[in-house]
Amino acid sequence: MSVTAPSLPAVRRRPGRWLGNPGFVVAAVVLGAILLMAVLAPLVAPFDPYEQVLDRRMLPPGFVDAERASPAHLLGTDNLGRDYLSRLIYGARISLLIGFFTMLVSGVIGTVLGVAAGYFGGRVDAVVSFLVTTRLSLPVVMVALAVVAVVGGSLQVVVLVLGLLLWDRFAVVMRSATMQLRGLDYVLAARAIGSSTPRILLTELLPNLASSLVVVASYEMAQAILLEAALSFLGLGVQPPLPSWGLMVAEAREFMLFEPWMIVLPGIAICVLVLAINLLGDGIRDATAPEGRA
Amino acid sequence: MTAPLLQIRDVVRRFGVRRGVFAPRRTLTAVAGVSLDLPRGEVLGLVGESGCGKSTLARIVLGLDKPTEGEVLIDGRPVASLHRLERSRLVQPVFQDPYSSLNPRRSVEAIIGQPLLVHGEGTPAERRDRVAEMLGLVGLGPRHAAAYPSQLSGGQRQRVAIARALILRPALVVCDEPTSALDVSVQAQILNLLMELRARLGLSYLFISHNLAVVQLVASRVAVMYLGRVVEEGDPETVLRTPAHPYTRALLASVLQPRPGRGLPDPQLAGSFPNPLEPPSGCAFHPRCPLAVPRCAAERPGLDPATGEHRAACHFAALAET
Ligand SMILES: Nc1ncnc2c1ncn2[C@@H]1O[C@H](COP(=O)(O)OP(=O)(O)O)[C@@H](O)[C@H]1O
Ligand SMILES: [Mg+2]
Repeated sequence: MSVTAPSLPAVRRRPGRWLGNPGFVVAAVVLGAILLMAVLAPLVAPFDPYEQVLDRRMLPPGFVDAERASPAHLLGTDNLGRDYLSRLIYGARISLLIGFFTMLVSGVIGTVLGVAAGYFGGRVDAVVSFLVTTRLSLPVVMVALAVVAVVGGSLQVVVLVLGLLLWDRFAVVMRSATMQLRGLDYVLAARAIGSSTPRILLTELLPNLASSLVVVASYEMAQAILLEAALSFLGLGVQPPLPSWGLMVAEAREFMLFEPWMIVLPGIAICVLVLAINLLGDGIRDATAPEGRA
Repeated sequence: MTAPLLQIRDVVRRFGVRRGVFAPRRTLTAVAGVSLDLPRGEVLGLVGESGCGKSTLARIVLGLDKPTEGEVLIDGRPVASLHRLERSRLVQPVFQDPYSSLNPRRSVEAIIGQPLLVHGEGTPAERRDRVAEMLGLVGLGPRHAAAYPSQLSGGQRQRVAIARALILRPALVVCDEPTSALDVSVQAQILNLLMELRARLGLSYLFISHNLAVVQLVASRVAVMYLGRVVEEGDPETVLRTPAHPYTRALLASVLQPRPGRGLPDPQLAGSFPNPLEPPSGCAFHPRCPLAVPRCAAERPGLDPATGEHRAACHFAALAET
């Protein structure tokens, strides 16, 4: 053979790509903590989140009013005397569950439709584009409200309704990303070596779509969490006495003027969780995108 | 005489294109009736400017696109109706850009072994052995097996693409500008490798290039394409020494430096490549042709033999021969 190959350049250190992004690190830590808290809620929470102690109602947290606060209730109690910290911890379970499963349902629907439209084009694309347009003409909150009002609110109903409504972004992003990849020579090469279409979609395209998929998934999960909070706030989502953060905001509304911390705490929880999920998605995208021409 | 390995029979490929959603649909004829033969063991060089339909023809030969009219036979069998597994044992591609022809998520070993996996050949250990053998054959070492494309140079990537193409031992390899995306210093290495492998494995190549010098180096037959048609065909010696078509002469002039004692080279190509949506009437080359007469705009010349096996589609082909 005429040529011996020169030595390989050093393998790019992958961990460096993860840890070099401070937003990602902070988000991962925060999200990890919330996740751990949600999973270990029975062990972590100082009180039963449903236990009402009527002579300990609306105790403020120590940092709000040190005189009225009770040292046992770190974040105070609500209007029924339930420990606020425990309710927030259990609330994380609901937000994460709804966010995750909604994202799963909408992700599967949207990815299947989008990849099919992008890869096959033509009539399939026309049908999918029509479905997306139809879906976009439905106002999410209104439809969700109407359905929940008719069927009744519960965790499963909220997941299903939101899952069936939030797939459009998956479809649009997957469609255009697939169209870009479809024309690349490695897809042609895969066809040339005899790969079947499902094999090409699953093993050539999907792994290369993963980074855009993660970004949309994180965005939609955050979106679902916000929508659940909104639905619950309107009384049409998760029903009391489940400690949903949106429900906690709704319940605190009456006391907003005198005990604003009651509304601020679950509000902060929602913000932090949503922000962390979005930052994590961006970080994963940046770290896993394949390197272009080196 | 045995039948040619590759027979391209009157292949036409039209695309419906539209500029906007409401613009009318128009027809672009990328390949406008090409017939070519490639005898077993030979290299057919296909040259022409960018946009003349070479890659479209390549995709049709590979069975990855269907011709609008005509057919392609490999080993006497129509590629378009072969099962994908059968087809992939007959013909394999080497593409131009090794940066987009390798899946960035797969290791070199997985890329080269993928055809075996798809065909369900061998155990994982056997496949690894075959990959190692192919790596050696294309001048890469065992330590490249675990590398990812992003860690390889352009030349190394092209070697990987060649290994993937050859692991199924196809009879025909379609090389679509296999060196044009590479550094000049690497081009010769890859050309040498391709030629060496051809001799060693008894391969036939459809070798596409826009560079006449490259084709002259490797081809045992040359076809020159212009706007979807073959305008000249013959053995490289004859075509390049005594080109019968003015387009071939212009192409040659653009690669050869004027040399004293050889006379003036033909003028460089005037004008630009025509819009394939509005091909010129008659001979498609007439707007740029130094010899054009009114007849050229009215009547398209057929691909007639200038002398014997040497054919050219020009009203003045016989004239040029003298
Ligand atoms: N899928 C397609 N749809 C529409 N037009 C196409 C398509 N593929 C190729 N073409 C057109 O066909 C012509 C020939 O293209 P191509 O075969 O890539 O040329 P070459 O490889 O010689 O540069 C070009 O004008 C190109 O724009
Ligand atoms: Mg091309």
